[in-house]
Amino acid sequence: MTIISGKKREKIDRLAELAAREEERGVSLWQDAFRRLRRNPAAIVGAVILAIFVLVAVVGPFFVPYGPTDTIGIREGVVRVGQGLIPGHSAEHWLGYDHQGRDVFSRMVVGARQTLLVGVVATMIGLAIGALIGGVAGAAAGLGGRWGRWIDTTLMRFIDMLLALPSLLLAVSIAALLGPSLTTVMIAVGMVSVPVFARLLRGSMIVQSNSDYVLAATSLGVRKSKIALAHVLPNSLAPVIVQATLTLATAIIEAAALSFLGLGNPDSATPEWGVMLADAQQWIGIRPALAIYPAVAIIITALGFTLLGEAMREALDPKLRK
Amino acid sequence: MTDSDILVEVRDLKVHFPIKRGVLFDRTVGHVKAVDGVDLSIRRGQTYGLVGESGCGKSTLGRALLQLTPPTAGEVSFDGVELTKLASGKLRTMRRRMQMIFQDPMSSLDPRQNVESILTEGLQTHGIGGDRDGRRKIIAETLDKVGLPRWALSRYPHEFSGGQRQRIGIARALVLGPELIVADEPVSALDVSIQAQVVNLLDELQDNLGLTYLVIAHDLAVVRHISDTVGVMYLGALVEEAPSDRLYTEPLHPYTRALMSAVPVPDPDVEDRRERILLAGDLPSPANPPAGCRFHTRCPWAQPTRCADERPVLREIGASRVACHWAEQIASGELRPHKVSAEIIRPAGEGEEPGVVSAPSEPGSFV
Amino acid sequence: MALLEVDDLSVTFARRGQRTVRAVDGVSFSVDAGDVVGLVGESGCGKSVTSLAIMGLLPKQPGLRVGGKAMFDGTDLLQLDDRSRRDIRGRDIAMIFQDPLSSLNPVVPIGLQVTEVLTRHRGMKGDAAAKEAAELLDRVGIPDPKRRLKEYPHQLSGGMRQRALIAMAVACQPRLLIADEPTTALDVTIQAQILELLKDLVRGSGTALVMITHDLGVVAGMCDTVNVLYGGRVVETARRRPLFREPRHPYTVGLLASVPRLDAGRGERLNPIPGSVRDLLPWPEGCAFAPRCTRRVDACVGEPPDLVLTHDGRSYRCINPAPLPGIVPTTAAASPTAAASSIAAAESADTADGDGPAPVIGAEALDAGTPAGGPVPAPREEEKS
Repeated sequence: MTIISGKKREKIDRLAELAAREEERGVSLWQDAFRRLRRNPAAIVGAVILAIFVLVAVVGPFFVPYGPTDTIGIREGVVRVGQGLIPGHSAEHWLGYDHQGRDVFSRMVVGARQTLLVGVVATMIGLAIGALIGGVAGAAAGLGGRWGRWIDTTLMRFIDMLLALPSLLLAVSIAALLGPSLTTVMIAVGMVSVPVFARLLRGSMIVQSNSDYVLAATSLGVRKSKIALAHVLPNSLAPVIVQATLTLATAIIEAAALSFLGLGNPDSATPEWGVMLADAQQWIGIRPALAIYPAVAIIITALGFTLLGEAMREALDPKLRK
Repeated sequence: MTDSDILVEVRDLKVHFPIKRGVLFDRTVGHVKAVDGVDLSIRRGQTYGLVGESGCGKSTLGRALLQLTPPTAGEVSFDGVELTKLASGKLRTMRRRMQMIFQDPMSSLDPRQNVESILTEGLQTHGIGGDRDGRRKIIAETLDKVGLPRWALSRYPHEFSGGQRQRIGIARALVLGPELIVADEPVSALDVSIQAQVVNLLDELQDNLGLTYLVIAHDLAVVRHISDTVGVMYLGALVEEAPSDRLYTEPLHPYTRALMSAVPVPDPDVEDRRERILLAGDLPSPANPPAGCRFHTRCPWAQPTRCADERPVLREIGASRVACHWAEQIASGELRPHKVSAEIIRPAGEGEEPGVVSAPSEPGSFV
Repeated sequence: MALLEVDDLSVTFARRGQRTVRAVDGVSFSVDAGDVVGLVGESGCGKSVTSLAIMGLLPKQPGLRVGGKAMFDGTDLLQLDDRSRRDIRGRDIAMIFQDPLSSLNPVVPIGLQVTEVLTRHRGMKGDAAAKEAAELLDRVGIPDPKRRLKEYPHQLSGGMRQRALIAMAVACQPRLLIADEPTTALDVTIQAQILELLKDLVRGSGTALVMITHDLGVVAGMCDTVNVLYGGRVVETARRRPLFREPRHPYTVGLLASVPRLDAGRGERLNPIPGSVRDLLPWPEGCAFAPRCTRRVDACVGEPPDLVLTHDGRSYRCINPAPLPGIVPTTAAASPTAAASSIAAAESADTADGDGPAPVIGAEALDAGTPAGGPVPAPREEEKS
C-alpha cells in the first residue's frame, strides 16, 4: 500500500483549507473595508490632506506668529490701501498682508479652525436631522402596514418640499431669518443637506428591508422593531457615512459661498476662509493672491474630503468585494 | 393516513399583490395573482417538493405558508393550529417550529453578523438554552450536524464559500429545533459539485431529526431526488401532484410532460432517444391569466371544448391529483398533441413582466 | 485542419497589492468546422474568460496578460489589432451571452440593433436591411417579426430577447458561434426552445458552435466534443458518448456522480465531490484537483500531470485515471485509491473543512450516476465519519 510522504501530505492539507490558513479571528466587513481603503492611493492622499488640515486647524492657532486681528501692516505703515500698496510675501510675513495690514498666513491658519468647525457642525446638523427623518421613514416603510406607509409618505413629502427649494435660496432665507452669523451659516448649510441624508438613508433602509436576511430574521420570530434597529439600520449606514464625508467638502464650499455673500460672521475678528475670499474681491486688482490663498485652501480641503469619501464608497461597495 | 400524520394543511390559499399606480395617491389598477387557490397537505417526516418555472408562484406559496407574506385568502393549518388567524405574538412563538432556508446564502445572512451572532439570535428570541453556556452547547451541536468547524463561529459570512454559507443558513434554521423547514431553491445558487453535498446534508438531517420539508425549486431533477411527493405549479395553481416516482413514470398533466421532457439529462443515450415536447411561447402574465385552464394557450393537447372556458380542478387519478379535463384521454393516447403557434406574450397592459412578478417590489414589509 | 485551434491560452490578472489571479492557465482545445464543442466546468474554472479572451473582449486594464495562441482559420486572434478584430467579430465569429437584457441596448429598438449588424458587416441599407432583419427574427422563431422590430428590449420576454440576440449573432452567417451559458438565465421549457433553435441553426448552416455551460445535461444533448475544465485548464477531452459512458478524469467522474438525474430513482444518496471549488492547488505545484480528489496518489503533488492521449481524440490530464468499465482493477490501481481515501478521511478529520466530504453511503450510491453503458467507477468515498 502506497503511503504518501508526510511532507507532501502536509502540503496538500495546507492548500486544501485555504480559508483556515487566514487569521484566527474573522474579519468583519468594516475591517475588511478599512484594509481595502489602506491599499487605495486616493484614500491615502485624501487622508494625508485631511490630517494636515485637521492638525493645522486644531494646534495651528497656538503657534501663529501674529494675531489674526493685529493690523501690523497699518501700524508699520507698509500697507497703504489708498495708494494701492499691499505688499506680498516676505521673510517675516510668508503670505504677505491683507488690506487691513493683517498677516495673511496667521489668518489662514486661524481660519482653518473656523472652516473645519463650520464644515463639521453643518454636516452634523444635516446628518442628525436627515438620518432621524430618513431612519424613521425607512423603518416605517419597512414595517409596513397602513400607519407605516402613512408616516413614511408624510415625512417624505416634507423632505420633497425641502428638496424642491434651491439649496442656496433655502440657505439665504434661513440666514435672513436668523441674521448673519457663523451659527446661521452652519444651520443653513446643515439644513440644505438634510433631504440628501434623509432620502439616502430611507432608500437604503427600504432596499435592506427587502433583503433575504430580514426575511430570515422574521422567520426566526424576531420582533419588527428589533429587526429595524439591529439589522436594517446598521446595514444601511455605509452610504450615509460616505455621503457625510462628501458633504463635508460641499459644506465647506457652501459655507464659503454664504460668507462670500455676506451672510456669514459680520465680525471679521475671527477669520474664516469664505469671508477672506469675500473681502479679497475688493482688492483683486491690486493683489489677486489675497483671493487665491483662501480659494486654493478651500479647494484642497474639499478635494481631500472628496477623495477620502470616494475611496470609502469604493471600499464599502459590496459589489466590488470578492 | 390519519389526520395526525399531516403536519401542514393548506386550503384554497390565495396571494394577490395589488398593482399600484399614481404619483400622489396610490390607486390599485389590478392584481398579480401570484398564488391563486392552492390546496395541499404535507405529511409529518416527509418531503413535499414544489416545482415550477419562475413566476409560477412557488416561492410566494412557501412564504405565505410561513405567514411571511400575508395570504389574501385561504387557510394554513400547522399541526392543527390555524396560522392565518393567529395573533402576531403567538405567531412569533410558533415560528420556532417552522423555519426557512433561502436560495442565496449570501443575501440571506446579515453581512455584519458573525456566525455565532447569527445562530444566537433565534435562540435569544425564543429564550432557548437559558444562559450563554447553554446556548453555546446547542450551537456547537448544530455546527456538528451541518458539518461546520468550530472556528466558523467568529467568522463572517463573506469569508465562507457558497456551500459553507448554505450550511450556515441551514444551521440557523436548525438551531431552533423546528419541525418544518421550507427550503426555497436551497441549491440553485451553488456549484454543481457542491449541490450534491447540500442535498445529501438535507437528506441526512431528515433521517436523523425526522424533519418535514417543503422544498421549492425550479430544478425538477433535484426536486424529484429529494421529495416524496411532488407538486407542479403553473401560473399560481397546482396542475399536478403525484408521488415522486409516479410523476416521472406517468406524468398526467400536459405541462408536467413538457417540463419533464425539457429537463436535460446528463446522458447522451437518453438525450438522443427521448421525446421532446417543446412548448410554444412564454408564460402568460399572472396579472391577467388566461380564462379556463391556464395552460390552454400553450398546451399541445388543448381541445376546442372546455379547455378555454372551464377551469379544471384537481381530481384524483390513481395516486396522483391532476388538474386537466382530458388527463385520461391523453394518458391513453386517445388525444394526440398538435402544433401550437407561439404567441408573443407582452408584459400585460400594466407593464409587469412575468419573470419579475414573483418578487413584488412594493416597498418593504418585513411582515 | 481545425477551424479554431486554441493552444496554451493563459489569462492572468495582476492587481497591485493583490495576489495575481490566473483565470485561465494553459487551455488548449480545437473546434472543427460545423462541430459543436462544449466547454464545461464550475464557476471559476475559466470557461467564460477563455471565450472572452478569444473574442478580445476582456476589459482592457493594466495587469491583464493574455498568452498562448488562438488560431482561427490561419490567423492568430490574439495578435490582431482592434480594427481587424472588430471586423472578424460579428462577421466570422459571433457570440451569445448569458444575460440577453444587458447584452442588448435598452434604448434602441430591436430592429435597429439587428440592421446595424447587417449594415456594418454585409453593407445592407434601408428597406433591404429591414426586410432581412424581419426574416432573421422569423428564422429564430419570433412571431410577428415586423412588429417586433420596432419594439425595445424590455418589451420582450427573456426567451424572446435571447432569440433576438441569436438573430443578431447569426445575421452574417458566422463560421463560429460562441455561446456563453446561453440558457442559464432561462426557465427549462424556454431553455429547451433555445437549445433546439441553436441545434437547428448550426445543423442548417454548417456553423461551428462553442457551447460554454455548467450543465452536463445540456452538453449531453448538444455537443459532439466535450472539454471539461478545472482550475483554468482542460482536464479531459472526449467525444460526447465516451465521455459520459466512461469518464476517465476523477473530476469528470465526480461531476457526473454528483448531479441528481431526472430518470434516477428517489432516495439514492448523491455522490458529491468533497471540498469546494476554492480548494485549488496551483497547477505548477501539481494537479489542481488533487485536494478534492478521491483517487489522489503521491505523484499528484509536485509537478502538474501530463496530458495523456488515447485513441479517438481522447485525452485527460491525470496520472491515476478512473479505470475503464469491464476492466478488473488491478491491485496496483486499487491500492492508491484506498490510500487516497484513507488520507481523505484523515484530512476531513483534522482540517474539518466546512465543505468537507459529506458522508456518503458506499455501495448503492455508486450506481447513482451510472449511465446505460455500464457501471461508472465512482470515486470511493470514505465511510461515514
